[in-house]
Amino acid sequence: MTALFKIALRAIMRNKLRSSLTILGIVIGVGAVIVMVSIGQGAKAFVEKQLESLGTNVLIIIPISTTHAAARGTTGTITLTAEDVFAIGKECGTVSHVSPGIRTTTQVVYGNMNWTTGVSGAGPDYQIIRNWQLENGRFLTQQDVNIMAKVCVLGRTVVNNLFGTLDPVDKWVRVKNIPFKVIGVLSAKGQSPTGQDQDDMVLMPYTTVQRKILGVTHIGYALASTITAESRFEAIEQITSLLRQRHRLRPNEENDFTVISQVEFASTVMETSRTMTILLGSIALVSLFVGGIGIMNIMLVSTTERTKEIGLRMAVGARENDILFQFLIESTVLSSIGGIVGIIFGIFTSKLVSYYGGWPSLLSSPSIAVAFLFSNMVGIFFGYYPARKASRLNPIEALRYE
Amino acid sequence: MQDIVLLKDVYKIYTMGDVKVTALNGVSLAIKKGEFVAIMGASGSGKSTLMNILGCLDSPTRGKYYLEDVEVSRFSKNELAEIRNKKLGFVFQSFNLLSRTTIVENIELPLIYSKRISKRDIDKIHQMMRILGLEGLQKHYPNQLSGGQQQRVAIARAIVNDPTILLADEPTGNLDSTTSKDVMNVLTDLNHNMGITIVLVTHETDIAGYARRVVVLKDGKVLSDTPSPSSATPVVQAPRETAS
Ligand SMILES: Nc1ncnc2c1ncn2[C@@H]1O[C@H](COP(=O)(O)OP(=O)(O)OP(=O)(O)O)[C@@H](O)[C@H]1O
Ligand SMILES: [Mg+2]
Repeated sequence: MTALFKIALRAIMRNKLRSSLTILGIVIGVGAVIVMVSIGQGAKAFVEKQLESLGTNVLIIIPISTTHAAARGTTGTITLTAEDVFAIGKECGTVSHVSPGIRTTTQVVYGNMNWTTGVSGAGPDYQIIRNWQLENGRFLTQQDVNIMAKVCVLGRTVVNNLFGTLDPVDKWVRVKNIPFKVIGVLSAKGQSPTGQDQDDMVLMPYTTVQRKILGVTHIGYALASTITAESRFEAIEQITSLLRQRHRLRPNEENDFTVISQVEFASTVMETSRTMTILLGSIALVSLFVGGIGIMNIMLVSTTERTKEIGLRMAVGARENDILFQFLIESTVLSSIGGIVGIIFGIFTSKLVSYYGGWPSLLSSPSIAVAFLFSNMVGIFFGYYPARKASRLNPIEALRYE
Repeated sequence: MQDIVLLKDVYKIYTMGDVKVTALNGVSLAIKKGEFVAIMGASGSGKSTLMNILGCLDSPTRGKYYLEDVEVSRFSKNELAEIRNKKLGFVFQSFNLLSRTTIVENIELPLIYSKRISKRDIDKIHQMMRILGLEGLQKHYPNQLSGGQQQRVAIARAIVNDPTILLADEPTGNLDSTTSKDVMNVLTDLNHNMGITIVLVTHETDIAGYARRVVVLKDGKVLSDTPSPSSATPVVQAPRETAS
């Protein structure tokens, strides 16, 4: 068997250019399989994580619709207020919890340590909507919101960077020179689907962020959870009509806000990934087929060129199967080299796609193994006919071949 | 001494469409161990056909072929391959060495189809190369060798598996007369010193002179079977078999 591998490798190396051209189809085919699978799996993982991190029943309300923003630029008056959010909570029957939200980035200081992080203003229901756990201490309360309490809840990364192994609860940190009391620590959540550190954040009452830090009266966004995942469509309608009414929009005016559902966002991602999968799958199929035909063709040429060699091998005792395996191994090694190059090419391409296209990709070793197996199978399948033809040669005629 | 080769009334008929060519027309032949037989005859008389059958590359249409008392004339393709591998060695007119394959690898070719090549095999090949005057050419390639050297490599390949018979179809056909002599001396040495049985096809009487027995074919039949005129002491007398 090792002898047969040596023969096969030698035959392939003998015609390097021809061999490389032959495997091109396999390289592209296997590369497309790798990209296809990694993009599909990446999208799936992204969507799953997204849904997991935000829940299927969570809606996000952001002020100014995308079309408005484009038309007016981003400087238009921001109209979403905390009152809008409470109205949603009170009047929309399908909404169970709401929380205003507002975000900024600032430096947090503890002793001689400082850390720049995202500060989110939130209401007491924020924890329920996001389903976040506390590792220590307590979350923000309505009371904190009402009195604009100078309190904060820290994410794990912030704790690690400011306190190290110390327990931060009841200690004081400074933001914009204002002392804030640490009341709780959030459990570590790890990376978000888009690769951000979800633990690198500080939560404060939204009123505190509005008045004490930013000096504004509007809010950045709102989160609402619906009573069930299915009721989200009804909730979107209810919220839309309520906000249109509150913002006194005439029927011909566009919304000055947008309600986004995680599920719909996720399904858009899945839809796109499916389209890409079908596209790449067709490329893979066609390339592998063309590549296979190429291998068959080159193997037919190769066996014909080497008719005399086959005759000689038979004369010195090679059985039909020895010849069959010799050429099957040759075609399989050829396609496997194509497979390996294709895998490298595919990994590289998916990395490029996720780097420049912002599309998540996930490479799994089973998918790589499957792609490799596939390339082997192409070699065996398309190499079988030429190999069998060679093995059936009559040694006398093969020896006489010029 | 026993007959290692025994052909009994062998026919080989080729059918091409509705034309039938009788290449062998009832050949009976016995060869004993250690013989050196030359087969002669006009072009088309059936010499190569006979060699192909002796070499188990082909089966007779009719008749029986016993190789070391085993009837191989009805063997399957795979069984014939195994016989060729274990009991036969071939030397061709066009040396038929594998290009871009080293001399050592060319010589060991028959072995790769029967076993794992051991250190002992390699030692034996080196020793054989020394005897055949191929010392130091182990890692060379066939196209770096002269015709005579290439044919000696082919001879080494033919005897690497210790065959029962060495079959050579016009081994000097592509060589000049000096090199031919050289190759014939090698074959004679192998026959004399190592007791290898040799069957050789040739057109040339002086080449046939190296053999100790000459079989002449005509139209697929044995015309004559005599001790070689130049060989002083024929070891064996040709057996008296009746053809057809
Ligand atoms: N495969 C074949 N198909 C049909 N006829 C064949 C085949 N092989 C040989 N013959 C015929 O059989 C006869 C004997 O051929 P063979 O090759 O044995 O002759 P030969 O004595 O070796 O001749 P040469 O000295 O020219 O090599 C010839 O008439 C040849 O045409
Ligand atoms: Mg001939």
